[in-house]
Amino acid sequence: MIMRVEIILFGQLTDIAGSNTIAVDDVQNSDELVTAINKLYPAMAGIKYIVAVDKKTIQTNTILNEKTMVALLPPFSGG
Amino acid sequence: MSKHNTLYERYSRQVLLKEFGEAGQQKLLQSKVLMIGAGGLGCAALPYLTAAGIGNIAIIDDDIIALHNLHRQVLFSVNDIGLSKALRAASVLRELNPEIIIEAFNERLTVKNALALLDRYDVIIDGTDNFSARYMINDACVLLNRPLIYGAVSKFEGQVAVFNCSINENERSVNYRDLFPQPTVDAEIANCAQTGVFGVLPGIIGNMQANETIKLLTGIGTVLINKLLTYNALNNSLFELALMAGKETRNLIPPNAAAFEQMDYDWLCAVRYSSFEINSKKFDELRAGTNVAVIDVREYGEMPAVDEFNYIHIPLAEIAEKSATINNDTIIVFCQSGNRSLQAAKLLADTFGNTKKIFSLAGGILQWKHQS
Repeated sequence: MIMRVEIILFGQLTDIAGSNTIAVDDVQNSDELVTAINKLYPAMAGIKYIVAVDKKTIQTNTILNEKTMVALLPPFSGG
Repeated sequence: MSKHNTLYERYSRQVLLKEFGEAGQQKLLQSKVLMIGAGGLGCAALPYLTAAGIGNIAIIDDDIIALHNLHRQVLFSVNDIGLSKALRAASVLRELNPEIIIEAFNERLTVKNALALLDRYDVIIDGTDNFSARYMINDACVLLNRPLIYGAVSKFEGQVAVFNCSINENERSVNYRDLFPQPTVDAEIANCAQTGVFGVLPGIIGNMQANETIKLLTGIGTVLINKLLTYNALNNSLFELALMAGKETRNLIPPNAAAFEQMDYDWLCAVRYSSFEINSKKFDELRAGTNVAVIDVREYGEMPAVDEFNYIHIPLAEIAEKSATINNDTIIVFCQSGNRSLQAAKLLADTFGNTKKIFSLAGGILQWKHQS
């Protein structure tokens, strides 16, 4: 069975994907997920964002499963 | 009516709240808060902080009011266009609550004045509109042990957090650099001037900042310590995220006041990638300086050869692995026409972060020779 991870996007990542949520298949960990996203959306490759797994920011490569919720948040500067 | 009675009446409806009470009001009246930026966030947070009776509120902003500010900076009117935001905001707020002290600084916050100014206040609120100021304010708050009420907006989304709060004697909550350790590439992230902002959004986020400030000062409720709250105005979604401390955070923040004052936050942020490129004249000025490495990133033997000045040779393909051999504070790279050197500059910036100044000769050595 294909493992599918749901990803919530914020900021300009939403503009690039054209949606607030995307899904990526068959990634085992957060590093693989970022690589897969960069392949799907090359415009995201140059963008800095934080990766949150189950509503927690991560500092190292993190194992994902089908129930994991991933969020990608770029910084905002406006005021 | 005596001053005591006016005070009693002014704040009576919040003093009635048992969680807040007279004790909460006294805490606010004895508090000193600095709002940095009187833009969209400041215009929203300031009236509520003023109305709530924070005893001393200061506003710093060097900007002037423009017509395109008015859709979100609601303290100002058309008659204010061209006037100082800080001074004008202060005068509106004094009419709202003449019983508290409101200070206005019509100047820019810089590494030279930041520490002395921030040190005078209990809580700092970031309502600025650029990364340079945001990193500077964060670092200053860490150095001074001040809580920082962070808020930022982009288009229809906003973020709020309370950084660098005291948790116990030895521990402080996460700060902005735990979230985003290094500034991002400028071209990625645009500010309100470039991407636009939904007028009501900074109103909501600024009010959230005021709310966090008042709760923090009075000790009621829970504040966004070690959390980042993201709000989307289009679909009303709120997303709260737990923030983990980064391992490298402390190393990225200047260790003391002297180091802070030497920081070049403009270069570190906005200017970091966009201004790698320098023209031939600037190239000549910079390479005449001290502690400068000039590097030819072409392949060995490429023509034209350069014998007009001293340089070292590291081809682009080797620049990342050999970067450790470069000890100079300033690095200038050049190639034939300026493309490879720009790539090299970006690679070097990724390696060195904010520890070195990095430049690339636009137009390359061909243009330099043509102009010399």
